[in-house]
Amino acid sequence: MNPPPLNHLTFFSDYLVASLRLSVPLAFAALGGLFSERSGVLNIGLEGMLLTGAFVSAATAFLSGNVWMGGFAALLAGGLVGLLHAYLCVTLRVDQLVSGLAINLVSAGFTAFFSRLVFTSETVQKLPGLDAISIPVLKNLPIVGPLLFNQDPLVYLLFLLIPLSTYLLFRTSLGLTLRAVGEYPKAADTAGISVTQVRYGCVILSGMLSGLGGAYLVLVHVRFFTEDISAGKGFIALAALIFGRWHPVSTTLACLLFGATDALQLRIQALGQGIPYQFLIMLPYAIALLALVGLAGKSTPPSALGIPYIKESSNQ
Amino acid sequence: MDANLPTQVWEILLNKILQTNPWVVLGARSEPPCVRGFRYTQTMPSKVPIKIPFKVSLLLPVVSPLLAIVCALLVGAILISLAGASPIKAYTVLFSDSLSDYYGFSNLLTKLSPLLLAGLGVVVALRAKQFNIGAEGQIYMGGLGSALVGLYIHGLSAWLHVSLALLCGFLFGAFWGLIPGYLKAMRGINEVITTLLLNYIAINWVSYLVQRPMIESGAPSPYSPPIAPTAQLPILLPGTQAHAGVLVGLLAAGVLWLMFARSPIGYQIEAVGQNPIAARYGGISVERTIMLVMVLSGGLAGLAGSGEVLGLKYRLFEKFSPGYGFDAIGIAFLSRGNLGGVVLTSLFFAILRSGANVMQRNAGVPVTVIYAIQGLTVLFIAISLVVEQKIGTAATS
Repeated sequence: MNPPPLNHLTFFSDYLVASLRLSVPLAFAALGGLFSERSGVLNIGLEGMLLTGAFVSAATAFLSGNVWMGGFAALLAGGLVGLLHAYLCVTLRVDQLVSGLAINLVSAGFTAFFSRLVFTSETVQKLPGLDAISIPVLKNLPIVGPLLFNQDPLVYLLFLLIPLSTYLLFRTSLGLTLRAVGEYPKAADTAGISVTQVRYGCVILSGMLSGLGGAYLVLVHVRFFTEDISAGKGFIALAALIFGRWHPVSTTLACLLFGATDALQLRIQALGQGIPYQFLIMLPYAIALLALVGLAGKSTPPSALGIPYIKESSNQ
Repeated sequence: MDANLPTQVWEILLNKILQTNPWVVLGARSEPPCVRGFRYTQTMPSKVPIKIPFKVSLLLPVVSPLLAIVCALLVGAILISLAGASPIKAYTVLFSDSLSDYYGFSNLLTKLSPLLLAGLGVVVALRAKQFNIGAEGQIYMGGLGSALVGLYIHGLSAWLHVSLALLCGFLFGAFWGLIPGYLKAMRGINEVITTLLLNYIAINWVSYLVQRPMIESGAPSPYSPPIAPTAQLPILLPGTQAHAGVLVGLLAAGVLWLMFARSPIGYQIEAVGQNPIAARYGGISVERTIMLVMVLSGGLAGLAGSGEVLGLKYRLFEKFSPGYGFDAIGIAFLSRGNLGGVVLTSLFFAILRSGANVMQRNAGVPVTVIYAIQGLTVLFIAISLVVEQKIGTAATS
């Protein structure tokens, strides 16, 4: 499948669009992870939430034929998985790592199992797709036009979410509450804030956003569901979260960077010239590791991350 | 060892996994970076410490994992009937194949070998309260180390060659465990995240090596040339693939048991896991212990990879582990740090993995139901630990 000779501008523009498409699921999951981890709940389960969202939206859209139902179902399913994680971590105080891992394992098993029931080999899996809404005039701009103004509603939602969550986290009292719970829950508790409620809210939101990321993956990007379609995207989102230092803007930029390397890697693989593309796959993980070590900008997690909060007076 | 040991060990593990360590020395401010990373409650629990009656404490560690497995199998049964198959028939096939049939049993042993070794690796780290979720990457590094010895060193006797290849696999895995161990001990960086990230670096590194420098010429898919026959692990059951990796695993379990029961190193590891601050006051180097434990943990997972290369495939393949390193985490939690428990739970996971294909063939149940059962087992064991704590506190009051 040789692409026709393109001029450099179109090639570059196509590459940027591909990069953005690969970054969107990452960005949704990473934003979800951001809310959860900012409130002090480690979320290794992003991968499972993404996968659940992807499967549920694919199955709903496939069975109902309505793409919006698919998106809504992803939101709901992701939220439910988030609720499970919150119940395990906040109420039961199960180890947050174990809970996240269990969620990943269970979602991988359940989605793979049910996908064989829903999408049997006889049925051709044709998912309705979420259509792009192009913004007149602006969409004709070179490069920027197809990249920013000819996208589907989920991408616009993401564009909206980034400044919104930045504002929410750093400019409102709700954001201050949220960060206080993640940094020093005891102080927040003393100030009359319910640590439990804040953490529940954040983890559920985290699941909903990751679920939307999954919906984007199957309803816009691939338009197909296969087992393990998330393929480690949840973990790359975690890496982006670390590299982006738990800030919405820099985390999204990290997602864009990782999406761009992924797009490059796929292009190199398609060229088949034997260029070692594996190093590009490694890149997000290596960068996140370097960020943690302090070689790529010091990245320090919220200080109460991973620690369950026990109210002093609530011990029976 | 005194007669109260089971109670003590049980309490240590319960607290380890629940992260609510009541023996925390309060008010310690000058914490080194590695201690800062530890999770401990900053409030004084109203009941210190949680005392579980001896009889209950002896029974629960056996009963509740079993209960978790039963619950997972029950949910699995619902899934199987949703797929239109009979759960009883499916489970009969699943469990009988690997335990009654000669080839089924050999298949079980080949699955048990990596699961046991990697599970032991995760458990060793867990004893010092280090969460090594990088076993998968360490498996790949171990496989690579062994493959290098098997491929490029010649003219050794079989005995020496196999030992050297295993040693090299251990060292490569240990190195991959040392990196997060060092970062945790010296820089206070959370080992959960670093081990997770290192997995993908190792998997893609091996993928690069077998696609480029180490590929066999004319290979249809990326794999290395075969290792020297002298480096191959012996076959245990003639005519099958069951190799001696399982013996390496059992030997490792024995050595670890001796280490924890009889040696000061084992005691140090337990002390650091129970309370790093108190261990430090007791003169134990927390940093060195953490690094040691991660080296051991990575090395054991590395041996799991060695077994796959030296005993099963005789070549280094791209993506040669189907997620044994992630299963190992489930095994470690299900066994709650008990070494005998690791042998039993890895056997359970091996039965699931080896019987799954036969179940798909003979009972028409998709293999994927196994992954759901494994995940549910981990989920239920996590819940059961909390329920147990409630029972424990109720029994004392």
